[in-house]
Amino acid sequence: MMNSERTAYRIQGARVIDPFRNFDGVTDVWVKDGRIAGQPEPDAEVVNGDGLWLVPRLLDMHVHFRDPGLEYKEDLESGSKAAAAGGFTAVCTMPNTQPVIDIPSLVQWQIERSRQLGLVRIWPIGAITKGEAGRELAEMYQMAQAGAVGFSDDGHPVADSRLMRAALSYSAAVGKPIIQHAEDSRLALGGVMHEGAVSQQMGLGGIPAEAESVMVWRDVELAGLTQGILHVAHISSPGSLEALRYARNRGLRVTAEIAPHHLFLTDEAVREWNYSPLTKVNPPLRPAQVQQALIDAVRSGLVGVLASDHAPHHADEKAAPYDEAPFGISGLETFLGSVITLFLGQGLLSPLELFAKITSGPHDVLRVAYGGLVPGQEADLTLIDPRVQWTVDPRTFYSKGRNTPLEGSRLTGRAVATMVGGRFTMRDQEVLG
Amino acid sequence: MRDLLALQNLPAQDIRDILDLSQNLGEILDRPIKKLPTLRGKAIVNLFFEPSTRTRNSFELAAKYLGADVINVQKSGSSVEKGETLWDTATNLRQMGIDAAIIRHQVSGVPEQLAGVLDVPVINAGDGSHEHPTQGLLDVLTLRQAKGDVGQLKVAIVGDVLHSRVARSDIWAMRALGAQVVLIGPASLLPESYRELGVEVTTDLREGLAGVDAVQVLRLQKERQSGGEIPSQWEYRARWGLTAESLGWAKPDAVVLHPGPQNRGVEIDSDILDSERALVRQQVRNGVAVRMAVLFRLLGGAHDEQ
Repeated sequence: MMNSERTAYRIQGARVIDPFRNFDGVTDVWVKDGRIAGQPEPDAEVVNGDGLWLVPRLLDMHVHFRDPGLEYKEDLESGSKAAAAGGFTAVCTMPNTQPVIDIPSLVQWQIERSRQLGLVRIWPIGAITKGEAGRELAEMYQMAQAGAVGFSDDGHPVADSRLMRAALSYSAAVGKPIIQHAEDSRLALGGVMHEGAVSQQMGLGGIPAEAESVMVWRDVELAGLTQGILHVAHISSPGSLEALRYARNRGLRVTAEIAPHHLFLTDEAVREWNYSPLTKVNPPLRPAQVQQALIDAVRSGLVGVLASDHAPHHADEKAAPYDEAPFGISGLETFLGSVITLFLGQGLLSPLELFAKITSGPHDVLRVAYGGLVPGQEADLTLIDPRVQWTVDPRTFYSKGRNTPLEGSRLTGRAVATMVGGRFTMRDQEVLG
Repeated sequence: MRDLLALQNLPAQDIRDILDLSQNLGEILDRPIKKLPTLRGKAIVNLFFEPSTRTRNSFELAAKYLGADVINVQKSGSSVEKGETLWDTATNLRQMGIDAAIIRHQVSGVPEQLAGVLDVPVINAGDGSHEHPTQGLLDVLTLRQAKGDVGQLKVAIVGDVLHSRVARSDIWAMRALGAQVVLIGPASLLPESYRELGVEVTTDLREGLAGVDAVQVLRLQKERQSGGEIPSQWEYRARWGLTAESLGWAKPDAVVLHPGPQNRGVEIDSDILDSERALVRQQVRNGVAVRMAVLFRLLGGAHDEQ
């Protein structure tokens, strides 16, 4: 994929956590000509991995890079830098750009541009419907041929049941998932945060958890009808988890992801941030008992993917009155720190279990083959310091979006080096452009 | 206390102090020359981004009775309509020397955000469905004048509590002073979670009014019908309207409040509104007194005797 200045590395003494092979142990890893090498290389640069973790192919399957059209929020370069800084070697970009990514040439353009940048593998997600307008299917087969790994109208749910049925039927033939942003728009109308005690005290419009789950239930039924491939984006309600369980028990091809902010924060953050729209995100931050149900779903394996829903916005937009500000949290550069802090700090998952949710888990959902750190595989890997404590300071972000309610939070663990195709894209927090 | 943004979490003693001060300052309304020198030389801006007659005029008169200069900025015709942010407008006014900003806005939380931008007191004159603190204060002042210790009272709030900033401020003020509060209305317009705060919640007007000393009747907004929350104003009136019959379910000496503007014949009948049991005129009068007290608290003090 990428040109590399150096050709060979020996990463020495790191604890290798490789969910693709279910391997966890200290071993040296050799890299040559962009791939994992099977034997010692004489001219290899030695990289000291003492005390660090080495994880292959971290994949964030839900990001918004806003390019083309909304480059003032983020572009492919700033987004790619944010991914590299956050430790990611591959991302799936959502198609709600301007224009919408709904034709093969736009998919190709994004992939081509990411190759030029050489910072992260970009696997575009194409739109389900033309213009994300929810009326006609987009050319999914041809977009898949061009490199699209899945389809979503993210930001806009596919409301029309007949169209969703057609999309799911089609997905089975194309072999790529339909990624649904599940939300009954009428039920959510006027809502800007979770509907509950906090919204009722703050006088902010509420979005009931059921606005999500009623659509997840419908989609699960349609997945049964069509034998299609359904992936539910940023799942956040107990009813949705119940629908997922039902689908799993019936053997349907239905998966889901959870965003770190839904696991790390609750709707109390809206109060604590005193109406700052930094907490405004869709689906909204949920109350503590829902947060616990989501954590349990990750632990039990019901949900096998964590994805950031990285949604950068301009500071001016996020300074608006709460109702008028856009939804979204800039998540790529806090992703690893927040999930390591939450799941490993409290011993809720083993490192191998946790990293499966950002490596093999999303690869399986997307039906992308990757063998992990074995000879011949692309050398996509991340070195992580699992013990370093740091304070989130959005001014240091590579992303143009500094919008995060984690600002000021103390996190444990972060990426210290990222390698894509045998070339370092980040070392010691510095992105190597 | 630098700003008055909300009554939630405002200590009971602060509320009592403001009520006492309001009681004293209110007397000026009976004087032939209604002008105190207290805030002479202070400039106050009324930033009203929603239509308002009563509250805006009430604040303006309150400020003028205390000797302050007042300017009014409305959305229509202002730089905000040209695309300037509210924060920039307010910052510019601050550069022109204003000493306090009074703000009404259709979005909840805007006064809190504005207080983070300005280094002078911000007073919330009603934000979205959040709070209308001076209304809450004038309501408890009116109750105190009519019934004595508010802590001994049971008060019903009837109507669209969910979308009412008045209801929220009333609830916090009344609870802080120790009153029992019962919320009554259609289930779709009631915040169920308030039960957890020790507030009674019921859809049954008769049950809710039993034994109450006062009824605060909320205005029914027309958009609740188009929004699907109620079938019609007339069905609403039949079940939740305050009529001679339904008021009979409350204590015989129960008083009636309404924050205005009223939809006569919908949420409240004219014969109640025009009777001696309705305290709406006292509410309007107390509104000026309470706003004088708030302005005095936030801006008075040091420059008192200058």
